[in-house]
Amino acid sequence: MEASPEYAVQMHGILKTFGQFTALDHVDLDVRKQTIHAILGENGAGKTTLMNVLYGLYQADEGDIFMGGQKVSITSPTDAIGMGIGMVHQHFMLVENFTVTENIILGDEVCGSAGILDMGRARQKVMELVDEYGFDVDPDAKIQDITVGMQQRVEILKALYRGAEVLILDEPTAVLTPQEIDKLIEIMHDLIAKGKTIIIITHKLKEIMQSADECSIIRRGVYMGTVDVKHSSETELASKMVGRNVNLTVEKTPAHPGETVLQIRDLTVKDERGIEQVRGLNLDIRSGEIVGIAGIDGNGQQELVDAITNIVRAESGTITINGEQIQNTSPRTTFVKKVATIPSDRHRWGLVLPFSVTENTVLERHADDEFGAGITLDYDTMREYTTQLIKDFDIRPSGCEDERMSGLSGGNQQKAIIARMVTSSPNLLIAFQPTRGLDVGAIEFVHKTLIAERDRGAAILLISFELDEVMDVSDTIAVIYHGQITGTFAQGTVDENQLGLLMAGGEMR
Amino acid sequence: MSKLEKFLRGRLAAAIAAVIIGFAISAVVLAAAGYSPVQAFAQLFRGVFGKPKYMANVFIKATPILLTGVSVAFAFKTGLFNIGAEGQYIVGTVLASIVGIKLHLPMPLQVPIVLAAGILGGAALGAFVGWLKAKFGIHEVITSIMCNWIAFYLCNYVVMSDTFHKPNSNSALPVSSSSYTMILGNWKKSAEGKAFLKGIPWLREIMLKTDLNYGFIIAVLVAIAISIVLTRTKLGYELRAVGFNRDAARFSGISVERNIVLSMLIAGAISGLAGALTITGISPHTITLLAAMESYGFNGMSVAFIAASSPLGCIPSSLLFASLIYGGMSVKAPTEIINIMIGIIVFFTALPGIMPVLANRLAKQRREREAAAAGKEA
Repeated sequence: MEASPEYAVQMHGILKTFGQFTALDHVDLDVRKQTIHAILGENGAGKTTLMNVLYGLYQADEGDIFMGGQKVSITSPTDAIGMGIGMVHQHFMLVENFTVTENIILGDEVCGSAGILDMGRARQKVMELVDEYGFDVDPDAKIQDITVGMQQRVEILKALYRGAEVLILDEPTAVLTPQEIDKLIEIMHDLIAKGKTIIIITHKLKEIMQSADECSIIRRGVYMGTVDVKHSSETELASKMVGRNVNLTVEKTPAHPGETVLQIRDLTVKDERGIEQVRGLNLDIRSGEIVGIAGIDGNGQQELVDAITNIVRAESGTITINGEQIQNTSPRTTFVKKVATIPSDRHRWGLVLPFSVTENTVLERHADDEFGAGITLDYDTMREYTTQLIKDFDIRPSGCEDERMSGLSGGNQQKAIIARMVTSSPNLLIAFQPTRGLDVGAIEFVHKTLIAERDRGAAILLISFELDEVMDVSDTIAVIYHGQITGTFAQGTVDENQLGLLMAGGEMR
Repeated sequence: MSKLEKFLRGRLAAAIAAVIIGFAISAVVLAAAGYSPVQAFAQLFRGVFGKPKYMANVFIKATPILLTGVSVAFAFKTGLFNIGAEGQYIVGTVLASIVGIKLHLPMPLQVPIVLAAGILGGAALGAFVGWLKAKFGIHEVITSIMCNWIAFYLCNYVVMSDTFHKPNSNSALPVSSSSYTMILGNWKKSAEGKAFLKGIPWLREIMLKTDLNYGFIIAVLVAIAISIVLTRTKLGYELRAVGFNRDAARFSGISVERNIVLSMLIAGAISGLAGALTITGISPHTITLLAAMESYGFNGMSVAFIAASSPLGCIPSSLLFASLIYGGMSVKAPTEIINIMIGIIVFFTALPGIMPVLANRLAKQRREREAAAAGKEA
């Protein structure tokens, strides 16, 4: 495509390699002025790399960048900001104990004579921006005291304050609640109306359908084309992104629950700061049944899982697995009682990243005689075992037994954890945010595995902040609010609005 | 990729290149201070390789820092920073001395008991630090530094105590001679031994003019054993898992607390052994009044860093470090200049990370050249 003033940003033939690895293979991107342009791709497809090239964090090996039809050279973020490009990273770059105003002006301070900070004028400038775009942000609040959604708006303000005309949002919805996502989409449309151009990086199809005008798709560093979102569908986008047809609906047969496996009675758990997060919670899960916990992050989900896995002590109450109490024992005991857990933060709890894939796959079971007699560790047996798991669970790249776990993509790291947990044939499988950060192909795999485990006869506890996931996968949906289960429903007997109300602490009529 | 680039990316090459760069820059410093670098390096070289006894002394000097190096490297591999190797070493010397002075058993019993005493002393101090971390979450660096001073003054107290002080000296009584670990210690001083050694001058020099002892061999065996423990046993696997990711280790059922204590205990034991071997292997075979830390533990940290925390890598790196210290004494320049020179060399050796950066720069230049050439052709 020719460079033209109709386009805010054009990137043509961008090639970026890291050593032997080609992250971007002559990728094109043409973003029309005053549109929301989504960049869609699986994890590791090169979306963020492409945006880092645009923002000057990386230099392309080949290719040209045009803005408004003019060829530009961007070699640092300072260049990019100077040309009116702003980027909001997935992980916010804010100083927690600074106020909103202080954060916004940081690095571009308003100074009076003799270089003395003029906070009054700075605050006024920030207020003008807040009013102009109708943001609901208190300029004097400290970052640590405001919600994640507001923090994101502060990041957007930061970019606008620096005169951004083109805003890059990297996975902007990953940390937001459904209501906050709606608010963000509203803000994005406002910004477009005021003449800005927005590029969003995402792998969430629903949000693209809701917000974007056009969508460019990248698959393994290769540009797959741009589609007009109005004339497309989620299924089309998904298949273009993954390169095959993807089943977006979860297919399963009715559950045939058996005996009660997990029984929780009056459980109370405190968090690190000594505040009660689980407050007298009761829950039952039977074998052959998936119970999904719907709730907004921070309502006791983490502490519930920590107590079952014995990472933290329960203050009171009982946790029973097949009739045996396991509360306040040890993580080892939990595993011996055949409770396996897919943790929410796989890098923190699930994997030893500098270890090889082989060393990771035996993590709970390294002490078993199967992997070496006495004090020795038998790497040959471990490797054979890992080869089998790689094959069974399609962990890629194949033959990665001796590679470092940190070298695998997020989806494959998750597969490695799931492989580990499922091969222990658990009685209770806890899946806490099992699809966090995964692309549609990997999500499909995770859901299929959970259902297969259910059909094998395991009890499944699914905890997710994605309401759709809970509603699609679970046989029974339980709502958690303020550390208690506030409602339990069979799948199909409740809708999104009713659940949303309960999740926010409302009463059901 | 050019050969040079590939070479620079290798680990061994990185270490070698770093040493060369270290020498080059210290040459500049020497020249700036008014000393001929060529002469200084020649003196250094002669100070190491000039006579058989010099080389023997390098091995003797390398023994304690190889062990403290392995101690630091081992702890580091398990996520702990053992800055307390110094104190563990000192406690090792103190306990080995006390037991060696009091006990008079035949050699086959005496030597293992004396060494065990040193190992136990170091292990106890290390385990204490580990326990404080595991139980109360106190950072091991803080407690280790405190323990270093406790060990330091404990040593001086024992030296000056009525029971152990050797009158009219700065040292404690020597340990009984059955504790000695010199190679053929008794034989080489016997008439028969002297007669034999007379015929072989270089061996005679090494045997009679140095305290050549079994220490280095033992230290190498320990380095190998620790390497095996780390990479081929369940214990090593757990220790490393805890070191890399405490949360994931706990989540998978590994006892983090137990492994922290165990790791510091083993690290302390190795440093304690280093102390014990100094007592049994080198005259005056006892502890002396310390005016300042002797830096065996701190030099062990340098050794471990040069070796990139590989226990086996500590073997060559301890020899390099010992060569610099011992050979440096032969350089005819002020000690300060020599120490700066050693410092610069160690500094660069401990920075193998700069080599891949150099390789990247070369690669970039090459690409630019190729691009320029391609441009010309077009």
